[in-house]
Amino acid sequence: MVDIKRIQEDSYDLLSVVGEVDASSSIELDNAINDAIESGNKKFLVDCSHLEYISSAGLGVFMSYIEEFKKRDITLVIYGLNEKVSNVFEILGLDQLLSIRASKDEAKAAL
Amino acid sequence: MGMVLAALSIIFSKSSGLEQSLGDEVPPILLSLFILSLFTFYKYRIEKAESINFVDLLWKVFVTGLIATIVSLFFQLIMNMLGNTKLAQNLVFLNFIYLSNLGLVSAFLISTFIVWKRLILYQKSRFLLTTWKVFEYALLVSLVFNAMPLPSIDNLQRIYVGIMVFIGLFLSANLKWVAYLNFKQKWKSILLIALAMFYLGYFSFTLFSSTVEISEQTTDFLDFRSNIFILALMGFIFTYALFSLLVLLFNLPTSSVFEQKLEEVVNFQKLSQSIQTEQNEERVYEILLESSSNTVFADAAWVEVSNTHASPTFYTYKIKTEEIERIKSHLSANNIKGILDQGSDKTKNLNKFLSTLKGSAYRSIIAFPIKVKGKQEATIALLKDVSDGFNKENTKIIGTFANQAGISIENFRLLSEALQNERYKEELKIAKRVQNSLLPAELEQDKDFTMVAFSEAADEVGGDYYDSFRINDNKVALIISDVSGKGTSAAFHMSQMKGVFHSLSQHDLSPKEFLVSANNALSQCLDKASFITTSYFVVDTKQKVVEFSRAGHCPTLFYKKADDEVTYFQNKGLGLGILRNNGFENYIQVNSFRYRQGDLIVLYTDGITEAKNNKSEEFGYDRLQKVIKRMSQAPVDEIQRELIQELYAFTGTESIDDDYTTLIVKFN
Repeated sequence: MVDIKRIQEDSYDLLSVVGEVDASSSIELDNAINDAIESGNKKFLVDCSHLEYISSAGLGVFMSYIEEFKKRDITLVIYGLNEKVSNVFEILGLDQLLSIRASKDEAKAAL
Repeated sequence: MGMVLAALSIIFSKSSGLEQSLGDEVPPILLSLFILSLFTFYKYRIEKAESINFVDLLWKVFVTGLIATIVSLFFQLIMNMLGNTKLAQNLVFLNFIYLSNLGLVSAFLISTFIVWKRLILYQKSRFLLTTWKVFEYALLVSLVFNAMPLPSIDNLQRIYVGIMVFIGLFLSANLKWVAYLNFKQKWKSILLIALAMFYLGYFSFTLFSSTVEISEQTTDFLDFRSNIFILALMGFIFTYALFSLLVLLFNLPTSSVFEQKLEEVVNFQKLSQSIQTEQNEERVYEILLESSSNTVFADAAWVEVSNTHASPTFYTYKIKTEEIERIKSHLSANNIKGILDQGSDKTKNLNKFLSTLKGSAYRSIIAFPIKVKGKQEATIALLKDVSDGFNKENTKIIGTFANQAGISIENFRLLSEALQNERYKEELKIAKRVQNSLLPAELEQDKDFTMVAFSEAADEVGGDYYDSFRINDNKVALIISDVSGKGTSAAFHMSQMKGVFHSLSQHDLSPKEFLVSANNALSQCLDKASFITTSYFVVDTKQKVVEFSRAGHCPTLFYKKADDEVTYFQNKGLGLGILRNNGFENYIQVNSFRYRQGDLIVLYTDGITEAKNNKSEEFGYDRLQKVIKRMSQAPVDEIQRELIQELYAFTGTESIDDDYTTLIVKFN
């Protein structure tokens, strides 16, 4: 079960992801990111401080947008990953392709 | 029967002819015995017949009566032929005739009584049965009473007769059988009962007149007028016959209604039974049309089944499709929002609207929706050539029929769905077997190392893969992969990975070259959000070196015997299929180590480290490390067994969320 909200803050949109992203709820994550980039905004922060778990299908969603972000010149920064989730990103190597920061301030600075 | 009757009457009459020598009490006893034997005879003949219908029973009464009458008329004829001869005046002869008649009447009365019993006890209740028994015993007592002339007490006898009359009347009111006759059977029954009553009257008259005749000459004979049993029986049979006759007569006009109700039930049954496997939806609509139009006596009817893509299908009864179209367009032209437009679920009696339709014989119409799972699938419409032709009852029954048809169709579909699901399950089983065959039956073995592997999928099919391949005499390639997601799509990607492994590994590529080529190949075939994590190993037994790279897969666990330490290799990597254009090679690091005897590597998928217990804790890297450390000196198969056991003990369940795969290599 996952709950995703998008709020407009200053110059960017903030997506907060709460709960667990598994094979079935990864569709919601996909829709949320898709809606976000279709909105025309170019800067996004993803708050994952309440993301408890992400499965490979969830990682696949982030992965599938990497090219898209580049093409559309979109900056998306993820922050607040807990140790477990962060580890999952690192093992797969996604930390090398996505910008991941520890805190919201650091993330804002990276925008 | 005739033989018994004749023999008994002859013996009886003979003995009564010699009455002086035998004494007064003998004739009544003999009569009673005769009656009892008749009773037993008919009881077995009529009661034992199991499946006799009512008209057949009444026919029996008629036949018995006819035989008795013919015999009696024959006696009468002899009497007339004798005229005023001496014999005709003979008291013994007269008595013989009289007694023969009495015997015949008794036979008729008893057989009718038994038939009446069956009629009265049709659909019996416990109370009715008890009452009948009391009545029968009371009659028996009267029979005994006749045989043994006790000092009669007038009052007691009167009370006794009173009670008998009361019970007799009560029993006569049980005429349930009448309701189950159809019109024709009722007419037959009326005729048969009327004839039976006629016989009864005729016999009473004959007996009575001969009694009077005899009693003019002597008082010393068997006067049936003092025989309570015969009188009671006559009274009862007459009363019941009269009741039946009247009830039958009054039921005649309503019998068609009852028949119709019965037909409704039968039709309803037919409809609900129409979901047998060999029948289909078409048949359900046909039965619905047939049953409905028969039940309400519609002059025409149709069922319209809407099709998603094609024009609707019509099932018709005495009406042409053109006429249906005309009626429909007429209704819509008059802006009648009814059921025929398939949109509304209101059932309307559209009587008055049809009267304006010229050239059509029909003056009333009712229509009902046939719904399957709440969705209207068809419409049934019934027509009559009189206005206001459908009453409330008709509406109700057609509504019920339409509902039942809907249920039948729904059941029919559920049945086919269940069959389909069963087939899918079989397909999945086949897929599982095929996938199992994708995993190697045996791993490469070498004098330098021993390997064991274990794999368990969470669903029918999984996305984990491991394999080994001998490149040359001193090189063996090992692989472990995990496809993102799970289930069928993961299983397809896993088979692609196997193809990639077997085609690339034989080229003796370095781990990095292998992964770059694999990434190129898979980028063309994986879907957008799928990737595969892999670790690829080349074991060189000549150099005693293992070279490996990690493409986003879980870090390999390494036990070094010299240090007695279990560690995870910490090299960088990126999953296959994540970067699909170029630059993938920049994210791959190559690592290598020199192995010694007793060293171990443990390959696994994240299903194991992420396996959760009921407190949502993960099995994790530390537990894995500890198990391997503890078991490090054991042979590989024991290490594996212990690991799997520990894993299942940890999760506490046989059902798993993600595929479990391990491959353990121990160097010699």
